[in-house]
Order: sequence, then structure tokens, then C-alpha cells
Amino acid sequence: MSKKRITAIAQINKDDVEDLAFGCALLGTGGGGSVGGSILEVKSAIRKFGPVSVVQLEDVAADGLVMPICGIGAPTISFEMLNNGGEAHLLRQEVERVFNKPVVAIMASEIGGSNGVEPVMWASRLGLPIVDADTMGRAFPEVQMGSFFVRGLPLTPIILVDFQGNSVTITPTSGESAESESRAFTIAAGGVALMADYINPAATMIGNVIVGSISNAIEMGRAVRRTQEPIARLTELLGAQALITGKISEIERHTHGGFVRGSVTINGTGIDSGRQVRIDIQNENLVAKENGRILASVPDLISVLDTQTGTAIATEEIKYAMRVTAMAWPCDPLWRTERALQTVGPRAFGYDIDYVPIEDSVR
Amino acid sequence: MRLDLRVGMDVGGTNTDAVVLDENNRILARTKQATTSDVRSGMQNALTYVIDALGADAQRIGRVMLGTTHATNAILERRSLGQVAAIRLGAPASLSLEPMESWPDDLREAVCVDACILEGGHYVDGRRISPLDEDGIRKFLSSVANTVDAIAITSIFSPTSPQDEARAREIVSEVLGSNMAVTLSHEIGSLGLLERENATILNAALFDVVGQVITATQDVINGAGLAVEMWLAQNDGTLMALDFARRFPILTIGSGPANSLRGAAFLTGLTNSIVVDVGGTSTDFGVLINGYPRESAAAVEIGGVRTNFRMPDLLSIAIGGGTIVSGTAAQPLVGPLSVGYRLNTDALIFGGVTPTLTDALVAEGRLQLGSHAVPQNEKEKLKSALQSATESIADAIDRVTVGNALLPLIAVGGGSLLIPPDIVGVSHVLHPENGDIANAIGAAIAWVSGHWEGVVAHGDEFNEAVTNGRAIACRRAIEAGADPQLVEVVDQTETPLSYLSTPTVRLVIKAAGPLSNL
Repeated sequence: MSKKRITAIAQINKDDVEDLAFGCALLGTGGGGSVGGSILEVKSAIRKFGPVSVVQLEDVAADGLVMPICGIGAPTISFEMLNNGGEAHLLRQEVERVFNKPVVAIMASEIGGSNGVEPVMWASRLGLPIVDADTMGRAFPEVQMGSFFVRGLPLTPIILVDFQGNSVTITPTSGESAESESRAFTIAAGGVALMADYINPAATMIGNVIVGSISNAIEMGRAVRRTQEPIARLTELLGAQALITGKISEIERHTHGGFVRGSVTINGTGIDSGRQVRIDIQNENLVAKENGRILASVPDLISVLDTQTGTAIATEEIKYAMRVTAMAWPCDPLWRTERALQTVGPRAFGYDIDYVPIEDSVR
Repeated sequence: MRLDLRVGMDVGGTNTDAVVLDENNRILARTKQATTSDVRSGMQNALTYVIDALGADAQRIGRVMLGTTHATNAILERRSLGQVAAIRLGAPASLSLEPMESWPDDLREAVCVDACILEGGHYVDGRRISPLDEDGIRKFLSSVANTVDAIAITSIFSPTSPQDEARAREIVSEVLGSNMAVTLSHEIGSLGLLERENATILNAALFDVVGQVITATQDVINGAGLAVEMWLAQNDGTLMALDFARRFPILTIGSGPANSLRGAAFLTGLTNSIVVDVGGTSTDFGVLINGYPRESAAAVEIGGVRTNFRMPDLLSIAIGGGTIVSGTAAQPLVGPLSVGYRLNTDALIFGGVTPTLTDALVAEGRLQLGSHAVPQNEKEKLKSALQSATESIADAIDRVTVGNALLPLIAVGGGSLLIPPDIVGVSHVLHPENGDIANAIGAAIAWVSGHWEGVVAHGDEFNEAVTNGRAIACRRAIEAGADPQLVEVVDQTETPLSYLSTPTVRLVIKAAGPLSNL
């Protein structure tokens, strides 16, 4: 079960957007916001402002400023109060003012879910390249669950803007403050805002990001959207394990403080008849268990897919009796250090279990 | 003379059905006619047939209830659509995507006169996004004055803050006169700006289509020498008075399946069950909850456009009585092609050369039909094809089932014999008599409804708001023609809106009752 090498993508055109979104949804591991709404905005931007160049960090000027971007707030609000389109211009302008240096590229903070897709719209509108990397390689619910925090990169000023043209620069004293101050601005902004954090020169970022995120997501879409055997193709592409193929038999889900918590249970069908796998959820799919035995756990990636199409199903879209396959695959090695696991391992989410890499826990 | 008879009519893609019921819901006459390309003559044929069958009693007809697929076809075929100007209120938010930008080009060209995004609209918590740009609205309206049939107005967060849409409607009256047709998005759909805006624009484009259906039907009725009240079926299985239908033509979309679900409930007396409507080309699976169709929670695509207005939750599979069987006995291929209305000439049992699932039913002895025997060399293939179709049906039943309790299944529609009595996943199967015209019966027995909706914060005043809302919904149903003695609340839905401050829900209450006697 070795991961296939993926060729780097050089440019994102209109026709690549749905492939990218397909991959981002899978990497969202159930969370990260639905990609459906973002697809239209990205396609529209590429139609009006042109395709987006994809670059590797090494190809960016070493002292060139890279601006990681992510949307923050409630997805339900972003589906109603759509973007102005000028948010990223303001963000860039503020970053360049605070750092007194031009921004040479942008990057997705989080490749999973809508936050992996939308930066392409901003890159197109800004006429800037997008770096083929991110800080999660998936989706995580909290700001500090990124590689820059884990690797101890300087927590630079955080800059947030909204569609009205409001902006703030936060210079937080801790990760917790960063989270609460950003939330306060977002609430004032009506529930959605655009954020740049860990703004650093390219050279500082090298070695501290998940490399190839964009290429990886597009490749997943390309491979799977044109095949009759999506599950087999994904297993091969990601070095993934199919945990179970079956039918959703139970959903327990409640929303609290903006987070979705609960579990889904899958009863096996076909060759998996008689088996039952339960997945615990906190926004993302975090732990998969069978008869109390851990099959996979965070930060390894666990996705629930439509068995026929291979499309990832977001937590809030899972319904009783859906035909699904649960699949898990290894996270980036960056997440497997002791410090990283303190931030994103099972215990960081309140589970009293040790992280066992997927390679060791299944079979 | 008592006007105690009702005609239910359903214009579908293939057939136009009509049925006459008396006040005890006994069937006095029924017919199934082919839908004609001009639609009107199909309706005329169906109505004339039942009127002739009734003889002198035809004078007792007091009401005609019509379910129609005109609106759906108009959108799919981009025909007879009105010219719409779309106004979105909420700038500077939402400028990144213009109204109709993501529509198929040909549909946009068929519908759109012009569109604009102006200042106005609200945040989720009710604060203003910007002051309403009344001058901008006036200028825009003047620029389209000579070319437009209807105006569609969508304001950000209007489902919770509808005031800007209401004010914009007043401005339309001032500038273009009070006869200009207007659709406001908060009356059409829920949160999700683009989907709601799309449904609003489509509704505005359908004013003429449904207006013409109403006129045509009234002509047919008058031509038959009847003076009756006319009602239109809507997609929640209840009736709309004509003035309401003229304002919300989009609500006729999906009324056919809704009628067939309600008709199935009536024919069996069951209120909670799975309903399978087997047609010639496809089969629809729906679920009855408390006597009404379960509604879809997901976005519904119509003519290539995503919308979020209420629709019955249906699963369709490409299996029907006319479905073509090919392949071999070991590996039969079932569909997706169908002989459709050519069943009477192309199927083996009618001397044709195309094996169909209807041939399979005859070969198995489950149906007696046709003029020719099924050739011996086709029998084995047909048998395994039927088995494969049954598996697909069982699979679909499993998909629409919610929870672990087994529900009964009601099989209706022309091809309902495709559902075997021992199909797995249900408690038992019913094949009610007259199930082949369940949709026309559903229209004839439909109740009339009234709605109330509002945004309510959880807290001390919540229960009072609910009580008031229920009373208003009942009153509106009575005003629409429901029997005051028999009106009841049939649905109450809470949708959580905000995670920002106090938990707030959007509350929708629906009351319905049978029409009072004439």
C-alpha cells in the first residue's frame, strides 16, 4: 500500500475546477464546508480573470511573501451572503502595508473542503500564482491545527477583511487569543470573513507545509470522475484502505457552538455483510471503530464516500440508507511527530486513545 | 341542483387522466387519454369522455381540480417563458456572481431581459447590509420598462428580513404600474441565495405559462357547458385557488407525483407508507408521512438550474412497463430505453419485435394482455430480466426507507404489476383498484391549505408564537376555501437559522382541510 507519485500541475483552468473540488471534498474528511457553492464562484472568476498558475515553494523568490488564505465562519451564512469579489484585494493591500513587502503568491491554509477551492478564485482575481501546498493536507476545525503552529513558525499578525471593506490586524499573544479575536471580528462581519495568517517569506515555509496539495486534489478528481471503479482507483492513488462498504444504519448528530458532533454507523453489505463500523465525528470524521477496535484515527484521513461515484459525503449530508464506503489513508508524515500529535491526535479531540497509524491498525 | 361532483384531472407527459368523484368519494367515471402535443385537446378528450359517461349528472359537477406538467415542460423546452428582469439587493455582498450567471446559456437567453445587483439587504442578525437603493431600483425598472413581462426580486437574508423585497415591490408598482407581475424570493424559497434567486426568476418566467393553462382549461370547461370552480394542484399535495396559482406558478412543478402519493393514500386509507408509481418509462418512489408527501431537503435541479423551493422527495429509476430488455438470459440488460407509448405496437405480446418488461410479466403469468404469445426462445431472458428489475426495485425501496420499521408499500400507475407482492423491505404490498389513475384521484380529493411562516427566537415567547402561527395558518386555509370544521395543522417545521446569538428558528406551519360543500 504505497502512495502513487503525483505529477505537479502547472495551471488551473475552468475545466479543472470540478476535479479540484472533488479532491478537496475527499480531503475535507466530512468537514471543511460544502464545495458545491465555491465551484460556481471559482469558474466565474477564471472566466473573467483568467486561469491560475500553480507553483512550488522552491520556485518562488526566497524572500517573496506568501499569503495563506482561508475563509472563516459559518458555511450556511456564506451560501446566503456571497462574496463581493474584492475581499482578497483588500487583504493583499493590508498585508503589504503591514509587512511593507509585496505578496508574490497565495496559498490555501486548508486544502480540505471549500477552503481548498476558494483560494483559486482569489488567485485568479489577484493575478497571483497559488502555491501547490497547504498547512493541513486535509481539514481541521481550529486555527492552531496547522503545520506552521506545530513547527513553531512565527505567529505573525493575522489580517481579516469582510465584504464591506472592513479590515483588522490582530497581533495575538497566543494561539487561543488568535482564535477568539478572529471569531469576534467574524461575528461583527456578519458571520463570514476572509483571513490571512502565518504570512511568511517562501524560504521560511519550505519544509513546514504539506507539499503537492493542489496537484493531489486535482489528480484525485481526474482519476476518479472518469472511472467505473472509483473506490479501487482511490485506494490505489492514495494508498488507502477501504474500511467497510455498506449502508448507513444509524446517524447521531447534534450542533453545538458551531460544531457538529456525533457518529454514523455503517452496516456492511456484500463481502462486508455482518460487519459494523462506527465513525465518531466532530465536524470531521475522527475515529473509525469496529467492535470497540480502532480501525483508523485522526490525523489519518477518514472519508465516507458514495460507493457508486466515489464522491465524498459531507457530515451534514449523510442520510439513513445511503450506500457508502468508508476509506482511510495515511496523513502526511509531518503530523506523526509527538508534538504534532499533541495538537491533532485523538487526545486533542478528547478521545482517550493513542494514535495508531492506519498501516499498523488495519489487518 | 346540488353541485356535489368533482373532476380530478392530471396532465402528465404520456397520459391525461380524469376521474369524477361524488361527495362520498365514490368514483362515478374515469378515463385515461393520450396527452396531446397541444395539451388542450388531450384535456378536452378526457373531460368530454367523463362528461359523456355521466350523462345528465354532468350538471352536478361543481369543481375541477387540475394537476399539470406544463410548467416543467416549458422550462425543459425553453418554450413560452416570460421575459424577466432580476433585481438582487445586498451589494456590496454577492457581486462576485451575477444573477443567472451559472444558468445554461439557452435558458438565460430565453428568460433574461436584464439583471442588477443593488444596495440593500440584511445580515443574518437583522442588521442592514446597506441602505436600500431606491433610486437604483427606479432607474433599472425604467430601463427595462418596454421589454419586461415580470420582475424577480431577491434580497440577501430576506427569509428572515423580507422588508426590502416588500419595499421594492411597491417601487415596481410606482414605476411600472400595479399590473406588473412581481415575484419576491422570500415567498418562494429558503436560505441559499443563488438557489432561491433561481427559483424566484423561474417563477416570474412562468406567469404566462400557467395563466394560459388556466384559460385553456376554463375554455374547455365552458365549452362543455359547465359553470364550475377550478383549482390547481400544487407540489405539496394540496390545492391552490386560481389567484394564488397565478402568483406562484412554480408550485405546480412536481404536483403530478404529489397527487399520485395522495391518491395512493386515499385508495388504501394508509397515511404512512412507501408509494411506488410505475409508469411506462420510469418508476417514482416517494414516501407518505401523515398522509402527505415527504419533502426533499436537498437542492432540486430544474432545466439545469439549481433551486431550493419545496418539492416532494422522489427517487426515480429507469424501469417501467415499456422498458426494453436485451442481452442474454445469463446477463440480461434492462433499460434504460423504453418503447414508451409504442408499447401497443412494438412489444412482443402485440406482435412487435422488442422484448419489454410487460412481455416478461405476461410470460411469467402475472399479467394477461396482448394479442400474441411470448416466443419460447425469449422466455428465459425475460425471466432473468424481471428478476433483475425486481432487484433494482427492492434496492430503491431500501434507499427511500427511513428508520428500521418496515412500512407498507402502495403500488400505483399503469405498470404497477411490476411490483411483486412479496418484494423485500416492506411489511406488505397493496395494489389498489384504480391505482392507474391515482394522480387524478389525488387531485380530486386534495385538501386546500394555508401557511404561516416566521422567524422565532427560542425563549419565553416561543410557545405563544407557535400558537399564533397555527391559528393564522388555519384561518388562511379557511379563507382559501377549506371547511372551518375540519381544518387542522398538518405540518410544522423548524429550521435552525443562526449560531451567532440567541438560537433562532424559521418556523413554517401548514394547515389544511377539505373544501367546504358548495
